[in-house]
Amino acid sequence: MSHRSRPLTRPAAITRRVLVIAAILGAGLLITAARARAAEPDTDSSAPLVAAASDLKFALDEILARFRDATGIAARIAYGSSGTFARQIMRGAPYEVFLSADEQFVHELHAQGLTRDTGHLYAIGRIVLFAPTGSPLAPDPRMDDLARRVASGELRRFAIANPEHAPYGRAAEQALRARGLWSALQPRLVLGENVAQAAQFASGGDTEGGLIAYSLALSPELRRRGTFALIPDSMHAPLRQRMVLLQGATPAAERLYEYLRSPPSREILARYGFVLPAE
Amino acid sequence: MDWTALGLSLRLALATVAILLPLAFLLARWLAYGRFKGRGFVEALVALPLILPPTVIGFYLLIAFSQQSPLGSFFQSLLGRPLAFSFEGLVLASVLVNLPFAVQPMQNALAAIPANLRDAARCCGLAPRSVVRRIELPLALPGIATAAVLTFAHTLGEFGVVLMVGGSIPGETRTIAIAIYDRVQAFDDHSAGVMALVLLVLSLVALGITNTLARRMARHD
Repeated sequence: MSHRSRPLTRPAAITRRVLVIAAILGAGLLITAARARAAEPDTDSSAPLVAAASDLKFALDEILARFRDATGIAARIAYGSSGTFARQIMRGAPYEVFLSADEQFVHELHAQGLTRDTGHLYAIGRIVLFAPTGSPLAPDPRMDDLARRVASGELRRFAIANPEHAPYGRAAEQALRARGLWSALQPRLVLGENVAQAAQFASGGDTEGGLIAYSLALSPELRRRGTFALIPDSMHAPLRQRMVLLQGATPAAERLYEYLRSPPSREILARYGFVLPAE
Repeated sequence: MDWTALGLSLRLALATVAILLPLAFLLARWLAYGRFKGRGFVEALVALPLILPPTVIGFYLLIAFSQQSPLGSFFQSLLGRPLAFSFEGLVLASVLVNLPFAVQPMQNALAAIPANLRDAARCCGLAPRSVVRRIELPLALPGIATAAVLTFAHTLGEFGVVLMVGGSIPGETRTIAIAIYDRVQAFDDHSAGVMALVLLVLSLVALGITNTLARRMARHD
């Protein structure tokens, strides 16, 4: 080592030690992740990729678990708002099965040639008025108590899904309009990006309640957190939920699509409060 | 705990560091030693991702990634699938978003090297390439390491841009930050808590390393 460079190498050596420690930490992390990855079945990138409306969260998790037991195929699933998924699919997102909470999105995708066919009507959704434990709001189907508390100014925050792109948000808006509460409630609304987030807002205790999917309210997670009342379906346009195979769906995705129409799947959907259209 | 998401985030962070660091070093060198008009403007461009909302970056990236754009159609023909909602798209987005985190520490480190040292090296007959290798790289090493650690940690934590251009595809674009968001929406506070803790610890370690390196760098002067 030349004399000239000696003063430069000492701090660099310490730096190198820090770097070596960082590298060891990083390598350890990578190994952990790689091992865990191998242990997990649903990381297989050939597994069917499903985009589903978030009202299906709990019901579809159950259906997919049954499907995996029956066929050994583990689907990859993303939950979100149907409108967001429709836009992502139009931009080229590689989903293979799309379960929309509003059939309109399926028709739009079909018109653009992005789906195999016009799909299948798999369920009709319902909404509920939900109030978390500790909220002064007492849910009733006519939303009378809600109207009273809105009028008295007692109600500070009320959660619904974003009506601009979430079908359940649209249904919530229609029901609130039908009851004449929309304009009074508007400044107090908290908008979830999708109905699952709205349910999380409605049940967390930071709001007095919200209008959310019946299927979510029936899940054990939400039942523990409050009470609800089913809103009459005459108060909003029916939530006609349609699913469809997208172009590029693999045979595994086709099998899943078949399974979603089978009696075991329909039985689970019915248990989560979905109205089943006649086959 | 979503191990797939953690693995994906780590792969994304490594890819970002590997691609960004050499590019950012050249840019940092140019900004530190170059004498040219409009340097302030270039520096502002590099710093933009610090200020811009992720939604603004995400919005422009979505447009750039679309199959109608030159970039989007180029990658479409290269990969056989769209850039949006793909891992490759996330890497590209991540490289862009992390530009200031990589460039600024290296630029500062390079600027802190006394000019007479580089002059002396050149007077002693060192070729420009050797000046980079034997003077600039070793002396700027703490800055380079800081850039790597910051980029790595920031990529692990990136949320908004990933949400907009990536969606939440398991094993492809669902990073750990997105997985936390998903788990919270699924009322799975336990998993969300575990993953949040992992990110918290990783970030703390990264900042600890960065600060140690910064102190080393300060001792140089």
